[in-house]
Amino acid sequence: MTNVPIEAIANRTPQPLPGAPDNWKRFFTFSTDHKVIGIQYLVTSFTFFLVGGFFAMIIRGELVTPEADLVDRTIYNAMFTMHGTVMLFLWMFPSLVGLANYLVPLMIGARDMAFPRLNAIAFWMVPVAAILLMASFFAPGGPSQSGWWAYPPVSLQNPTGKLLNGQFLWLLAVAISGVSSIMGAVNFVTTIAKMRAPGMTLFRMPIYVWTVLSAQIIQLYGLPALTAGAVMLLMDLTFGTSFFDPAKGGNPVLYQHFFWFYSHPAVYVIILPIFGIFSEIFPVFARKPLFGYKIVAISSMTITFVSGIVWVHHMFASGTPPWMRIFFMFTTVFVAVPTGVKVFAWVATLWGGKLRLTTPMLFALGALIMFVFAGITGIMLATVPIDIHVNNTYFVVGHFHYVLFGTATMGMFAAIYHWFPKMTGRMYNEGLGQLHFWLTFVGTNLNFLPMHPLGLMGMPRRVASYDPEFAFWNVLASIGGFLLGMATLPFILNMVGSWVQGKKAPDNPWRAIGLEWMVSSPPPVENFEEIPVVVAEPYGYGKNEPLVAGDRAADLVTEPS
Amino acid sequence: MKIRTILTLVVLAIANAAISWWVGQQAYHWLPPQASAESKLVDELFSFLVTLGSFIFLCVTGAVLYTVAVHRVGRYDTSDGPPIEGNIPLEIVWTAIPIALVIWIAVYSQQIYEKMAVHGPMELVHLHNPIGIEAAYAAPMEAMSPPEEIEVHSRQWVWEFRYPGQDVTSTELHLPVDRRVKLALQTEDVIHGFYIPAFRLKQDIIPNKVIDFEFTPIREGKYRLRDSQYSGTYFAAMQTDVVVQSEADYQTWLAQAAKQTPVTAYNRAAAEYTRASEKRINAGWKTVPPAPAPIVNYAAEEGRA
Repeated sequence: MTNVPIEAIANRTPQPLPGAPDNWKRFFTFSTDHKVIGIQYLVTSFTFFLVGGFFAMIIRGELVTPEADLVDRTIYNAMFTMHGTVMLFLWMFPSLVGLANYLVPLMIGARDMAFPRLNAIAFWMVPVAAILLMASFFAPGGPSQSGWWAYPPVSLQNPTGKLLNGQFLWLLAVAISGVSSIMGAVNFVTTIAKMRAPGMTLFRMPIYVWTVLSAQIIQLYGLPALTAGAVMLLMDLTFGTSFFDPAKGGNPVLYQHFFWFYSHPAVYVIILPIFGIFSEIFPVFARKPLFGYKIVAISSMTITFVSGIVWVHHMFASGTPPWMRIFFMFTTVFVAVPTGVKVFAWVATLWGGKLRLTTPMLFALGALIMFVFAGITGIMLATVPIDIHVNNTYFVVGHFHYVLFGTATMGMFAAIYHWFPKMTGRMYNEGLGQLHFWLTFVGTNLNFLPMHPLGLMGMPRRVASYDPEFAFWNVLASIGGFLLGMATLPFILNMVGSWVQGKKAPDNPWRAIGLEWMVSSPPPVENFEEIPVVVAEPYGYGKNEPLVAGDRAADLVTEPS
Repeated sequence: MKIRTILTLVVLAIANAAISWWVGQQAYHWLPPQASAESKLVDELFSFLVTLGSFIFLCVTGAVLYTVAVHRVGRYDTSDGPPIEGNIPLEIVWTAIPIALVIWIAVYSQQIYEKMAVHGPMELVHLHNPIGIEAAYAAPMEAMSPPEEIEVHSRQWVWEFRYPGQDVTSTELHLPVDRRVKLALQTEDVIHGFYIPAFRLKQDIIPNKVIDFEFTPIREGKYRLRDSQYSGTYFAAMQTDVVVQSEADYQTWLAQAAKQTPVTAYNRAAAEYTRASEKRINAGWKTVPPAPAPIVNYAAEEGRA
């Protein structure tokens, strides 16, 4: 099953729109090249990362003082709703899909994704969802103000009474984004199952490919639940059905199950590819094979399975009977096992290596340490008694920002720096990269660490005003937030500046082992002139063995002594 | 392994354990005062998890920082590290250890949870605790008097408490100390969350349901009750005071409150809404109007002046 008549797929019809491979205009076309689509995803999502970050700074600005005095409460509520929505649906998911789009075909030795047109359609649905979300600012009553969970009955309260309202547009955008992600998932799973180069058996795939596969399987089983939940809520809101509306006999807790059945596994959809990034970067800059490759690969799949049976831990304080609380506590803590195995494997990979602290390595190391911290607070949250105290407080906000910013976003930065030379054919500026890392690392901890004591003291999340006893830690968090805002400036400068006039990058600037490093930087349109035949496991650092059959490959992995 | 390496590791582990134990003791200070019997149980579990978590965090970060500090490579050194691909016994050990740890944590947490016996939705009230697990409220009270029953009514965005026995209504929650309290939580509109940080207790209030919620205050004083489930525009303002009093003071308060003629209580959400609607320019978007301010025998002090 590893070998399919690739020629039949690869020699397909030409691209619908003409354009030279190095013509920048191709990024604004309906291109079916997975590399173009990957960069389209990355640039679009980063734009919305800035939008979501701007919302975050308004939130942190409001929280500098205990009173609700910077913006009106309705505006504050819209800000945290849109911050969460934009960061998840327009930054985290699309950026990871973009990276996977770029890397997976190159890493498995394919010329493109299995369904190139589906790929392009899935991407172009993202700007549609984004425009709908942004347009909701101009809807009567403003954008959705029910939080990114959109729990009914709050999300069904429509103060303007208009048919077209912010919540309606929000639900439409989420449903579209869900359909887009399902299309992407079908494409990724098929590509990884059917398009691997000859010799690339499952246990020769790079861990990044394993994690993308694990994550996209979650999308396949989980996303339909969220999308269906969103559509049902939309019908309750607009057409007067009563799935979730308690005033008409509906069950609002049912919505919570629909929502979290997907939205908890969604965390693993995000974090698994980040684990994959760690597993790629650590061996390269430690010059050692990944420790326990097989167990790391299997643990990703274990997480895929376990993540499907943990969702009720978001509802411990909700209308949840005690037996359910206890059952889901046991399943949730079990997630720590495959995750812990990975952490140990990375530490063992680093141990005794020849470490080189480049920007991607720094970001990956910083993200690893913050992930360990987030994992420990995660276990605390998994236990019912502690969760009952800190559920819906800033403790949770601190915890998941260590996951989503400290780990996932930092991991994305690591990946962007690491593969920037491959994507653009230019080297980034190392000094600016290191500055970006240190500002981000300090800013993240300053912003999100104070949220833990706040939550333990009992400050609820989503509040525009709070009791004066919480002021001290909130001021610190806000300073950290503004520092994080500033931290993106060297990144933007670096990316734009280096892409335009950076030093030309060689094919393999990191002396890394992997199919993507054996093609030119940036890779040619069809990736591989000749499909490589893989003869070894990945991460053969220090082993002096060829990765692929043929002379060309042997040259690349031989050490220059 | 050399004796010296083993000794070093043992010394490091002891030092780590000592630091972690100290951090675990500090953890009690990060939490509000322990005002309910349940809070002691929760804090005990939290301190345990902080100790364990600190130990693991220090192990991992210590190893990473050590290797980053020691195993750095020279600028022009292009050699590779040792090609170690794994170690099966080690991998089995470090899979088994987390399994044992998480089972320990989960079982311990379950015991704590059952001791708390907070009940909650759909719990059969007459269900007894499993034998051998002592309920949190058994300790402070030898002779069990029937729990004090109070109705909690929540609506956008105000709390109202009814004491059915005495025909008293209030916007401040008064509770007797060292006595089991049984609340009947209900909401008239959206989901609200009943949360008293000093009690470490929280329960969402679901529309069309009455949720029984039990606990035992053990410390006199004034605490905060906050809405913990986002409930719309004035969510953050939906807070009030909880006053835990001695039995005598509590009975006096009830008796006095019963004599008061009902007054319209101050309601921050309603007050802010009125102020905003009087302004000519609306700085925000249209909101669901707050429910009318409640008329009660006893109004909370907040905003009275």
